[in-house]
Amino acid sequence: MAKSRAFDVRRQTGFVPIALLCFLVLYLPIILLVVYSFNAGQSIAIWEGFSWQWYVKAWQNEKVQDATILSLIIATSASVIATSAAVMAALATTRTRGFRGYTFVFALINQPLMIPEIVTAVALLIFFAMIKVATGYTGLMYLIIAHSAFCIPFAYMPIRARLQGMDLNLEQAGADLYGTPWRVFRRVTLPQLWPGVLAGSMLAFVISLDDVVITEFVKSAGQDTLPTYMLGQMRRVISPEVNAISTALLAISVALVIAFYLLSKGGPQKNRE
Amino acid sequence: MIEISGLSKTFGSGANAFTALDDINVEIRQNEFFTLLGPSGCGKTTLLRSIAGFVDPTSGSLTIEGQDVLPLPPYARPVNTVFQNYALFPHMTVAQNIGFGLEMQDRPKAEIKQVVGEMLELVQMTPMADRMTSQISGGQQQRVALARALAPRPKVLLLDEPLSALDFKLRKEMQIELKRLQSETGITFVFVTHDQEEALTMSDRIAVMSTGRILQIGGPKDIYDHPAERFVADFIGDTNFLDATLQSVDGEVATVTLPSGKSVAARAVQGGNQSGAVTLAVRPEHATLTKESGLLDGVLQNIVYFGTDTHYHVTLDAGSAFVVRKQNQPNAGERFEVGEKVGISFDAGVGQVLRD
Repeated sequence: MAKSRAFDVRRQTGFVPIALLCFLVLYLPIILLVVYSFNAGQSIAIWEGFSWQWYVKAWQNEKVQDATILSLIIATSASVIATSAAVMAALATTRTRGFRGYTFVFALINQPLMIPEIVTAVALLIFFAMIKVATGYTGLMYLIIAHSAFCIPFAYMPIRARLQGMDLNLEQAGADLYGTPWRVFRRVTLPQLWPGVLAGSMLAFVISLDDVVITEFVKSAGQDTLPTYMLGQMRRVISPEVNAISTALLAISVALVIAFYLLSKGGPQKNRE
Repeated sequence: MIEISGLSKTFGSGANAFTALDDINVEIRQNEFFTLLGPSGCGKTTLLRSIAGFVDPTSGSLTIEGQDVLPLPPYARPVNTVFQNYALFPHMTVAQNIGFGLEMQDRPKAEIKQVVGEMLELVQMTPMADRMTSQISGGQQQRVALARALAPRPKVLLLDEPLSALDFKLRKEMQIELKRLQSETGITFVFVTHDQEEALTMSDRIAVMSTGRILQIGGPKDIYDHPAERFVADFIGDTNFLDATLQSVDGEVATVTLPSGKSVAARAVQGGNQSGAVTLAVRPEHATLTKESGLLDGVLQNIVYFGTDTHYHVTLDAGSAFVVRKQNQPNAGERFEVGEKVGISFDAGVGQVLRD
């Protein structure tokens, strides 16, 4: 205790008020949003009593239903595609001998994190417009492809971290015991990688669920996801219905985090060290 | 069984090139406990990994029972490895770990179950079959790693310093255990270690390695009593080195003149010089200390008591140091005092002329 005291940031003057202020700025708006989702009145700023009405309204709103289904379809597809790609990318950048241009490839995989989203959005808009003209296809695939692409780095990071922390000897032991590369991957690497894959896919899911900018640019007419629908609503009437939908989204995110925590603790990794 | 010839491995290229294996030639026999002994960085692990298939040699050939295995990936080679850190699969039980190799060979379920049962019994781990590998001790993990590698009945078992993580007592137990397993299974063991005592107690034959080369191959007694090179003599056990002059060589017998001017018969070395200055190696326990003048004379500098034996450090009249080791007896005959003039003698044929 005494030894660490000199470096203990918690003992610096002003630490407590600054920390409280940060938490306040972070969470007070969210708390207010949740509180007003239960408002009995029309306002998102004047409290008029408790009610579930906005949740009921949102639940019964067909547009919200459609947007929710679309959001889930896109987020699930994007999460699956991005995670698969991320697993392959992570294997290629950790399980191969160092190669020329490694850093470049690494940067390429992570580029969506660095390029301004609006640039990607405009680029995709123009690119997909050309394809639309050429093929006449106006379906969901554009959104799924776009979402998969920008979700890859988010899925990639936890998977790569997990792979790097893994004992290479395990895979060699698998190969030594007559396991072909594919079977070693399935029976040794993947079970070890599981928490990383889980974290990566959930991150990708949430990122996709949340996206506005790229979706707004890429979507065809009538293709509204939950966030773009909400944005559209805010432009017209602002009602606590938006609060209710936001609170539901928040609940999904929190549920995912809890699920991940429980799965990675009690899943196949239970006996890791 | 395993024939290795002209095997070399160079890592990197140009100025950064590092030769890990330099023209290795060795034949490992059927059902042999063969040890690769050397300090860290001598290439012993690289050689083992070349046999396993994890290292691609730069040149040379490697056959197992006449079959060229160099083009084969690790999973197609009839060898199994016991890894230094065991590398047990943490997401599988003890039994699943042991059955892994058989499972990968697509053996029938009933057979896998039976062999796993036999292996558990062989390494005395039957009660632990359903434990996860993280729930057993280091010594038990070691046994599981052994059972896992033995279960598919490989032609060769490769062991990469498997005992180095165990404490002293457990290591002694496992040494005996390993010998038992080898004689019970009849599998050829190739064992890597830097521990000379481990090598001497367990091996049928030892290859002493240094800087990517095999310096000497022979039985433990042969290597210990008749080291061919200074490095081997120095690395295995304690040795006195004497500057001597070679008078004549007749087959295995060499006659040398010691710094004291006296001559003695010693063991010649293959491919060594026929005359001139040589180094003579004499083990401390092969020499005796006397009150009278001996082959060598000097002054007793220090007496170090070790319980089982005593080391007498003598400064020879020629200036160099010499250690005599004497086993302690309940009624030790002669007593020596520090500062006393003493003689050192050793029998004809005890000294070994080194190739250097």
